[in-house]
Amino acid sequence: MTDVALNIPKPAAAIDRERIAAFGFSLPSLLILVGVFALPLAQLLGVSVVGPDGKLTFANYSRLFGTPYYLGVIWNSLRLALLTTLITLAIGFPASFALARARGVLRSLLLATLFLPLAASVIVKAFAWTILLRSDGVINQALMLFGVIHDPIRMIFTETALIVGSVNIFLPFMILPIYAVVAQLDHRLSEAAATLGASPLVAFWRVIVPLTLPGIIAGVALVFSLSVSAYVVPTLLIGERYPTLATTIAKAYLLAREPGFGAAAGVTLLVIAIIVVALSARLGQQERAR
Amino acid sequence: MIARLSIGLAWTMAIGAAVFLLAPLAVIAAASFSPTPVFDLPTDGASLRWYSRIGRLEGFWPALSLSMQIAMLSTAISLVMGTLAAIAITRGKLPGATAFATALVSPLMMPGLVLGIALLQYFRAIGFTATWSALLVAHLVVTLPYVARTMIAGLARFDFTLIEAARTLGCTYPGSILRVMVPALAPSFLVAGLFSFLASFDNYPVSIFLTDVRTKTLPIKMLQYIEEAPDPTLAALSTLILAGTIVLLVLSDRVVGLHRMAGTAD
Repeated sequence: MTDVALNIPKPAAAIDRERIAAFGFSLPSLLILVGVFALPLAQLLGVSVVGPDGKLTFANYSRLFGTPYYLGVIWNSLRLALLTTLITLAIGFPASFALARARGVLRSLLLATLFLPLAASVIVKAFAWTILLRSDGVINQALMLFGVIHDPIRMIFTETALIVGSVNIFLPFMILPIYAVVAQLDHRLSEAAATLGASPLVAFWRVIVPLTLPGIIAGVALVFSLSVSAYVVPTLLIGERYPTLATTIAKAYLLAREPGFGAAAGVTLLVIAIIVVALSARLGQQERAR
Repeated sequence: MIARLSIGLAWTMAIGAAVFLLAPLAVIAAASFSPTPVFDLPTDGASLRWYSRIGRLEGFWPALSLSMQIAMLSTAISLVMGTLAAIAITRGKLPGATAFATALVSPLMMPGLVLGIALLQYFRAIGFTATWSALLVAHLVVTLPYVARTMIAGLARFDFTLIEAARTLGCTYPGSILRVMVPALAPSFLVAGLFSFLASFDNYPVSIFLTDVRTKTLPIKMLQYIEEAPDPTLAALSTLILAGTIVLLVLSDRVVGLHRMAGTAD
């Protein structure tokens, strides 16, 4: 806040009026946040620990964490998120450096390739991957045309298809936060490091990586929390063979009518998301404090 | 040497990422002109027949109309509510402003599906069963974080002394907001509105739990078509939605510039 006018003392009545205005301004958003976000989530927590007889029970959670099948489901969600996060980071980190160096038309073009998929519907993109990866799909047709393979490879409904689709859909969420930080980097910093005798690798690890860490943390948190709860991508690209927490929740509500169990799975997914957000906020703060 | 290698790697990754990101969009556009019902690329002759079938998809027009209504209304309401909240937050007169700002943006990081089932149960419990209104209210939670995030960032750079100046010159407070602040922040409003509209228009995980047999949004209908009988009509529909998105993006680029959107988007 560099607002000089704020430092001029004001009469108490004016300050009170501004306080009241601030409260009034935030009231509609606050009502939505409490009434349509916080309360429903609190109720969900309640539903997950109340049995059909109305008594407190942890049966839903012991079913979720005590059955090998459902432990596998939780692991499937985490595995999808971990792989997606690692691969998008490996592609996105170097790519955002190139993006930050690009100028003029090239920069506009590259940014457009980021924004267009980001603005396109997830359903449209997942559908496109089903067309690409089908046995009679574009990739198999091309491979057979060039004589690389003779018989079509089975790609759709495999874990490879799932990961490829997921990386494709969440990659912009990794690149944009890292790019936002890299674009602010002073390129003279690595020159300064070199002048002071640091090799390019050392300069990269000790100067560039720490400076881009806030962007990396933001990107990792965003991609992880989005992919751990992805629903459309696993539904269309792998289906029943790879049940995740998200597909289990949908099934519990839409097919099996087991709201208590679905709520427990929902709370679990929520806790994972909260842990990721809290960790990233904490790491981000430590970065700023240094 | 290492420096040159790493720059080469960076460019390879960037170009590779660009091709990889555009691949599904290009394929869907190509498949929409397919002359046959299987998704052949139109190698010999393109066909527009799938486009003429979009309107005949079962339940397409009501779904499109519903999605448009909900997306436009929730965006408009969120823009007003989110901007007011962002003013309160950035003016620093609100106790707990930082916590409030974090809370406002937090639904963005929460799994949409979980919000969907939570709302399903909550609306049932309080007896709020009107599908259309329930969808609209639920979409406010989806769109408000986008508006709040963009407007807080935009207002943090806005010089509020301009408002004081306008008032000194005889403008009322609402008048000074409308005639000084709104024009100055037009780019932020545009970005916030665009993200918010797309977030609502595309939303699947929240809507799926709040719709009934007769009232379905477009994404729900689309997933249903894809699972039941995928044919190039869906590719044609997807291509039209993409074309609409491109128009929106080009317009925003003209007004704001994509590189500024990349900055304000976070």
